[in-house]
Amino acid sequence: MNALGTVAVGVLGVLLGILAGYWLPPHGRLAARNRPRPVRRILLPFTGQAISRRAFEAAVRLAKAENAIIMPAFLARVPMNLPIETALPVQCAGGMPLLEAIEQSLTSQGVPVDSRVGRGRSARDALRKLLQQEHFDRIIVSADEDQRGGLGYDDLRWLLARVPAEILILRPAPEDTRRISVEAVRGHF
Amino acid sequence: MDASAGQPRGRLKVFLGMAAGVGKTYRMLLEGHAELQAGRDVAVGLLETHGRAETARLAEGLPAVSRRSVRYRGTVLEEMDLPAILSRAPELCLIDELAHTNAPGTEHRKRYEDVEEVLTAGIDVLSTLNVQHLESLNDHITELSGVRVRETIPDAILGRADEVVLIDLTPEALLERLRAGRIYPLERIDAALNNFFRIENLAALREVALRQVAEEVGAKRLTTELIGSREESLAADAPQAVGERLMALVEPYPRAQRLVRRAWRSAQRLGAELDLLWVKAPGQELSDDEQRSLSALRQLASVLGARLLEEESDDLAAAVVDVACRRGTTYILLGHSRPAHGLARLRLPLPQRLMQSLPGVDVRIVADRTRRPNGDRP
Repeated sequence: MNALGTVAVGVLGVLLGILAGYWLPPHGRLAARNRPRPVRRILLPFTGQAISRRAFEAAVRLAKAENAIIMPAFLARVPMNLPIETALPVQCAGGMPLLEAIEQSLTSQGVPVDSRVGRGRSARDALRKLLQQEHFDRIIVSADEDQRGGLGYDDLRWLLARVPAEILILRPAPEDTRRISVEAVRGHF
Repeated sequence: MDASAGQPRGRLKVFLGMAAGVGKTYRMLLEGHAELQAGRDVAVGLLETHGRAETARLAEGLPAVSRRSVRYRGTVLEEMDLPAILSRAPELCLIDELAHTNAPGTEHRKRYEDVEEVLTAGIDVLSTLNVQHLESLNDHITELSGVRVRETIPDAILGRADEVVLIDLTPEALLERLRAGRIYPLERIDAALNNFFRIENLAALREVALRQVAEEVGAKRLTTELIGSREESLAADAPQAVGERLMALVEPYPRAQRLVRRAWRSAQRLGAELDLLWVKAPGQELSDDEQRSLSALRQLASVLGARLLEEESDDLAAAVVDVACRRGTTYILLGHSRPAHGLARLRLPLPQRLMQSLPGVDVRIVADRTRRPNGDRP
């Protein structure tokens, strides 16, 4: 009887185990659910096909330290003669692979990422519209951006004067030319 | 148009090209001569030679309906004489430049509306069109070429043409013609070379023109097939358009953006249209984060030129199948599904259900590249 009881308990245990395995969410989901949600949002805007690795690394360090989400944003410029809602496949052909490269790199380092695309008559206009739509706690901009059409020094002054967020402007040393570019994309993107 | 009541509608044949100078008008005139020699009553309703001697020479021998003068704000403009064409009523009428905007005071604002009236009168029409005049391509081409074309026509006009003939020429050959002064007078050549007639523009326009004709052919074939296939099997009913149309299944989460970008790149490579489909549960309320993600998805779709479709349904697979059939989708892209739990584990996974319900449609699961072996390097 005792042995039968042990077998019965064993069978019951196995059945309960099967049921629990069946009904509970699969492996990893509970852990993911319990992970703390990022609370701060760091915007990392760019306009070209490469960004300064120094600015990128700064964003990663801050995001890790502050449990923040990084929001890389490609700023597309719409020529004046086109409607503002025009599709921009030519600019996107450069911007999208870079977004992909940034996302891949961030994800592989365990940093949460949520990309954006801004569109305006100029890079500043695109950034302004993006800032109107969403709140960001911090903006990290590289001061070595291409001055021809990118975020120039005037734009950075405007950012400092007008945008109610923490702003971090990084100017890498002249010899620090390391950049993250579209070549960093893994796979056939 | 009482006189035309009961008349069968005329046939429209459009010579489509990537740019001025590829030889659309020339080809139209050649065809006019061939028809004339075959014994048909042919008349030139409107011809724009743009001062090209070759074109003018070729028009000799073809009967023409004279233009009429229209006075507008003190200027006299020469326009096509629609009433004269209708009264002359040839069997075949050659009408150049389908996208032209008429001078105020004429019967219609646009020439394609004139052509519509000529066709209704039972007269066949040969006409010409550059691809950048198509409404749907106008923005795309403006971004490619930097030149905004003001005269556009609805795509449906080309869609209704009985025949579309692509007049193709390599960009190099077109530039050769331009430099030889066969397209514009000498004083305009430099400006043309520096603006519209750049080789990268022409290559892009040529690609657009080729694709447009392929899609036209595909759409016509599709129409025919659908009419003839009502009693055939599901597999035979599957649309077999030449042009590809991709559909990516998205949800308002940050990771959807990667799927959209990958789908867009695939669409670019295939020269295909891209739809994004979000199927939401009826009455589903979105959190703030989801609202933001949805708004970001909309913005991304708009910048990429994709269309974000939103459907409400409890049955994801059924909704996808329904939309794919309506849109003529040839490719479906989806990301990793959330792991099923409970009774949902007993159901066939979504990709398999889609493959069963949509024969002839490719289903692709887009991988997360950061999870590849050696994918953990920064």
